[in-house]
Amino acid sequence: MKYVDDYRDSKLIASLLRRLRDLASRRWTLMEVCGGQTQSIVRYGLDELVSEQIELLHGPGCPVCVTPLHLLDAACELASDPNVLLCSFGDMLRVPGSSSNLAALKSAGAGIRVIYSPLDAVALAERFPTRQVVLFAIGFETTAPANATALLLAHQRKLTNFSLLSSMVLVPPAVAAIFDAPHNRVQALLGPGHVCSVVGSGDYERLSARYQVPIVITGFEPVDLLEGMLRSVALLETAQASVDIQYVRAVKAEGNPEARRAVERAFEVCDRTWRGIGVIPASGLRPAPAFAEFDAEKRFQLRVLQGAENPACISGQILTGAKKPTECPAFGAPCTPEQPLGATMVSQEGACAAYYHNQRKRSHAALVANRSGSRVSPLTSAPETAPRPAAPSSKERSL
Amino acid sequence: MTDFALQCPAPALDAAGLIVLGHGSGGRLSHELLRQVFLPAFQNEELSRLEDSARVSVSRGEIALTTDAFVVSPVEFPGGDIGKLAVCGTVNDLAVSGATPLFLTASFVLEEGLSIALLSRIVASMQRCCLEACVKLVAGDTKVVERGKADQVFITTSGVGVFAEGKRLSIRDARPGDCILISGSVGDHGVAILSKREHLEFTTDLESDCAPLVELCRMLRETQGLRCMRDPTRGGLATALHEIAQASGVGILLEAAAVPVKPAVRGACELFGFDPLYMANEGKVLSIIAESEAEHAVRRLREHPLGRDAAIIGRVSEEHPGIVRARSASGYCQELRLLASDLLPRIC
Repeated sequence: MKYVDDYRDSKLIASLLRRLRDLASRRWTLMEVCGGQTQSIVRYGLDELVSEQIELLHGPGCPVCVTPLHLLDAACELASDPNVLLCSFGDMLRVPGSSSNLAALKSAGAGIRVIYSPLDAVALAERFPTRQVVLFAIGFETTAPANATALLLAHQRKLTNFSLLSSMVLVPPAVAAIFDAPHNRVQALLGPGHVCSVVGSGDYERLSARYQVPIVITGFEPVDLLEGMLRSVALLETAQASVDIQYVRAVKAEGNPEARRAVERAFEVCDRTWRGIGVIPASGLRPAPAFAEFDAEKRFQLRVLQGAENPACISGQILTGAKKPTECPAFGAPCTPEQPLGATMVSQEGACAAYYHNQRKRSHAALVANRSGSRVSPLTSAPETAPRPAAPSSKERSL
Repeated sequence: MTDFALQCPAPALDAAGLIVLGHGSGGRLSHELLRQVFLPAFQNEELSRLEDSARVSVSRGEIALTTDAFVVSPVEFPGGDIGKLAVCGTVNDLAVSGATPLFLTASFVLEEGLSIALLSRIVASMQRCCLEACVKLVAGDTKVVERGKADQVFITTSGVGVFAEGKRLSIRDARPGDCILISGSVGDHGVAILSKREHLEFTTDLESDCAPLVELCRMLRETQGLRCMRDPTRGGLATALHEIAQASGVGILLEAAAVPVKPAVRGACELFGFDPLYMANEGKVLSIIAESEAEHAVRRLREHPLGRDAAIIGRVSEEHPGIVRARSASGYCQELRLLASDLLPRIC
């Protein structure tokens, strides 16, 4: 299959691994941002194949995993209203909320529809004019254009029964938060290929310059990922903090102007809570003031409740790369995809689920921690500290 | 006072050619349905006697007995329908157990408002499939439920088969060194159904592989060194192999590149984030065969139209007992676990 087979070619993979071995003079620490990249890395065992040259930390780029508990609880509350039809992506259904999850509510008869495209939610609003159709709009810059298109279409068709419960998030502020954290160990970043196909590389040029970290915008197939690693190591070995685009077949420096325009028109930037991490300023999107009527939080006057996370879950440390899933005392028992304690064990793109499905074993340290029951907060934990360039703290943001 | 005539028109119960609750009453309408739809289609002596149970003859010895419910949505799909599926599903369960399927029974749960023309198409398709598989449908039942209490039609079939003399097959018998064979491409049925689901519809020429496996299983039974057979339906190839690895206490290593997958199936799976190894099949037989006989078995299977793409796709090993792994392009062996939940509900 074109565009797939070429990037899973075993000879090419072997040759890239050889070149990486020849190039690396030491072991470097890289972070891949996207959940899709994590899934592919673990599936093809790339982290183990490059383990002598590179330690891979897994980033916060799984939209399902970072959707905050209070919005998931709000979605559950909305779905329990017989007047509401809640439209969600399938991955979201089994994520544990404070007291229930959408899958359990659906089985009990709540009006929940699994959709593949946000436009399906608009179609449902037209089909059921007497019901309030709420789109649970999660996702990064990749999903935002489709959510924006749905909102703009609903506006154009003057639908009064359509709204978005927005949990949309932006990658650069989260990356900045990780770089700003005192224990940050990331020396180079595999940038989010699909996000950049929408927004372009500008944000990442700024991040790279500000934090003096090389960033290689990378695709999702094994050959893409190994090329991304190879280029990152090349930049690290020559001490260059610049941006390189590996995923050229999808990413242009300017991104996709039409998609960006739709997002800029429909949404505004807001502060956002990331599940397991906390509030990151200017890291979310919500309906712009001109479209406030489509904001489900306003339409239903949702109360922001502080939900209770399972205390055994360390997903915050997983999402910031501070810990590996196998270092979690709960990994594999009691936390499994069948009985997840946190979102990172549910989504296909969650690092914990990716590790679990590939039979990664819990580490000895985690087994010890399991007995002592320790728990630390995500962005302040981890005793290991690597030298880190000084970074200005100004908040700049652009789409 | 005005004279008026009390005129009560005869109830137009099936005027529009639709199933009504009366069709399940056991009364006149039930009989009409039986005589107009079911008996002409299946015409055989055992069924036509209309006794409370059919009387059939089988050879001495053990019989194989199985049952399966079918709730697929949509009821008609590229390459088949719920009727064909209901016959193939039960026939194939008998065939992969090593039995020769002989007789079937079928019970139908019909939703009020179902088109009788659609029911007739489904029943005709069942009969075609019975002829192909050399089985007789000898008993049946029909119930009707109110509109909204079922989805068009649900069918449960049960089947009886007989074992030939000789070795019994068991999924406990896989041994280290054995080869794993599949009779053709995987995932066709799952993706064909997926392509017709509401909101997901996409254009493809792909058809379900739904087919009776009686002949292929007979050919495999004649192979020396056959350990067991399975039809990898719900949960696909990975799940069927998992059951064998667990039951036999052996490891299984699949060569991912050797598993035949049609481009349309690969494409759809890439798009929707599915793995073809977990997609349902309804016309494929998976078998474990001693290494010395495996090549011969593949050659034989390829002589049959349903086995043209047969291939050896992996090995049984002593290492990693109970675990199925697939070697990917990077050489890394990924474990294929059981799925936490359905990829796609109501696939069969």
